[in-house]
Amino acid sequence: MRELMQRSIFWRHFQRNRLALMGTGIVVTLFVVALLAPILSPYDPTEVDPQHILSPPDQQHRFGTDRLGRDVLSRIIWGSRISLLVGFVAVGIATFIGILLGAVAGYYGRWVDSLIMRFVDLMLCFPTFFLILAVIAFLEPSIWNIMVIIGVTGWMGVARLVRAEFLSLKEREFILSARALGASDLRIIFRHILPNSLAPVLVSATLGVAGAILTESALSFLGIGIQPPTPSWGNILTGGKDNLEIAWWLSFFPGLAILITVLGYNLLGEGMRDALDPRLRQQ
Amino acid sequence: MLYHIAKRILLSIPLLLGITLISFVVIHLAPGEPMSLQTDLNPRVTAASKAQLRHLYGLDEPLPVQYLKWVWRSIRLDFGRSFAPDGRKVAEKIAERIPVTIFLSVLEMLVIILIAIPIGILSATRQYSLFDKATTVFVFIGFAIPTFWLALLCMNFFGVYLGWLPISGLKSMNYPLLSLWGKFFDRLRHLILPVLVGAFGGLAGFSRYMRSTMLEVIRQDYIRTARAKGLSERSVIYKHALRNALLPVVTILGLSVPGLIGGGVIFETIFAIPGMGQLFYGSVMSRDYPVIMGILVIGAVLTLLGNLLADISYALVDPRIRLAKER
Repeated sequence: MRELMQRSIFWRHFQRNRLALMGTGIVVTLFVVALLAPILSPYDPTEVDPQHILSPPDQQHRFGTDRLGRDVLSRIIWGSRISLLVGFVAVGIATFIGILLGAVAGYYGRWVDSLIMRFVDLMLCFPTFFLILAVIAFLEPSIWNIMVIIGVTGWMGVARLVRAEFLSLKEREFILSARALGASDLRIIFRHILPNSLAPVLVSATLGVAGAILTESALSFLGIGIQPPTPSWGNILTGGKDNLEIAWWLSFFPGLAILITVLGYNLLGEGMRDALDPRLRQQ
Repeated sequence: MLYHIAKRILLSIPLLLGITLISFVVIHLAPGEPMSLQTDLNPRVTAASKAQLRHLYGLDEPLPVQYLKWVWRSIRLDFGRSFAPDGRKVAEKIAERIPVTIFLSVLEMLVIILIAIPIGILSATRQYSLFDKATTVFVFIGFAIPTFWLALLCMNFFGVYLGWLPISGLKSMNYPLLSLWGKFFDRLRHLILPVLVGAFGGLAGFSRYMRSTMLEVIRQDYIRTARAKGLSERSVIYKHALRNALLPVVTILGLSVPGLIGGGVIFETIFAIPGMGQLFYGSVMSRDYPVIMGILVIGAVLTLLGNLLADISYALVDPRIRLAKER
């Protein structure tokens, strides 16, 4: 009952936030586009057309074509699948590691806590982009490797968040009563504390998807991410850089797609945070 | 005060060791051996000479011994020799690139401070005004814009379409022929795009942060006291509020070091600037392991230094910390 009430309070505040609704709209649209890519895209994204090389946007090719005559609009539509996949899998990995380490650190405290938190401090010392590049140098740049690397280098924030939640929740009375009833550590962690600390994790995961998409596009842009012919927004932009003087459409449209997507996830995440945080509501 | 600084420095030593440990683990997680690139494709390499090479690189020793030796060499900044055909020392290669990267990062930071602080103050003192709303939109776009895309757009517009600014390198072809002023302006023209684009991402985050700390400070009792004393709004905001709002900002500046250095990889590659980021990118592409490891360690050490400087300057500007330990 109480949970239901909290949920309806959340929705009330979320619905009032126009920016958050806009973000939701963008994210939902992206899901639909990615899902219906085969229906929506006017051409095969990898189909080479020597007749129309680097042709500017017109009736036939709304967003123009690239240096192999491939339709840019179709490549952007198919590219949305890549960014969606990378965003969710990478953040899934990061969130999983972060929750696990944060929960253990926060629940057990003492030396376990100091050990894990010092490790977090250490990982934060490396410029993340450097770490990602260094690991990629040793591996093949496949989509799975990219997702795993972005995930493995991005869990520190979640770990800190979950730890803080655990530190404050574990002293509460309902945990004491669970322990008095003889619940095991595992049960207390996963059934009692974790569900109560998921809200901020969800917010940070939503913002994390935006970050992961940005990182993937930067890697693909540099040629060490998703490899052509698989279309990704980043590697279409590489073509834009190589033909900067003659084909503005190659760099303009995929970048705009990234901007709108990241904006959508950020607005959604911020909207969720505002609706969850009672302190912000009063202002 | 001195006690505080000394404690901070001592605390960063284990972190430094940890940095080397993680870097070492990263090398050894790699499938294949560091020298397989040199030997695998060469049919004349015998098992005996492979073993000799392994011995030469110390790869036949137990891992802990290898780690300790590597740490000892890293402390003396000896990262071995590059795999690139020139075979130069890694430390030398990095040393000639670092000044460019640090110079650019400092410039970017200055631009961020000079623009973001006034924006933050104005939007906090005029909360919900048109200006505040406009900056909020700007901040959201700044967070979401892929900076390499912004770089491409600016190159296309200012460099190609308008032809106002050069789009690559740090100096023109005719640089040696220019007069002193000519040289200065040539440098300046080359720096404008990379620095402005590089600062853009940080600008959004920083002005938003400045706004929120300013909003928090304005609600404090001592601000009400200052107003009650009859001080002008100007001196309330710029003397009493701003000083206190700037405190946490110092920390954020230190924390932004990894972002600036990491972002350097993209900008230096796009704008063809001979800095550490460009070297790193080149090394990743050609799998030049010694250089990669060297830059990884140096990048982390620079981050650590940034944090340390932030801590120390925080202690310097905050009397609560400055005076606390002076007994």
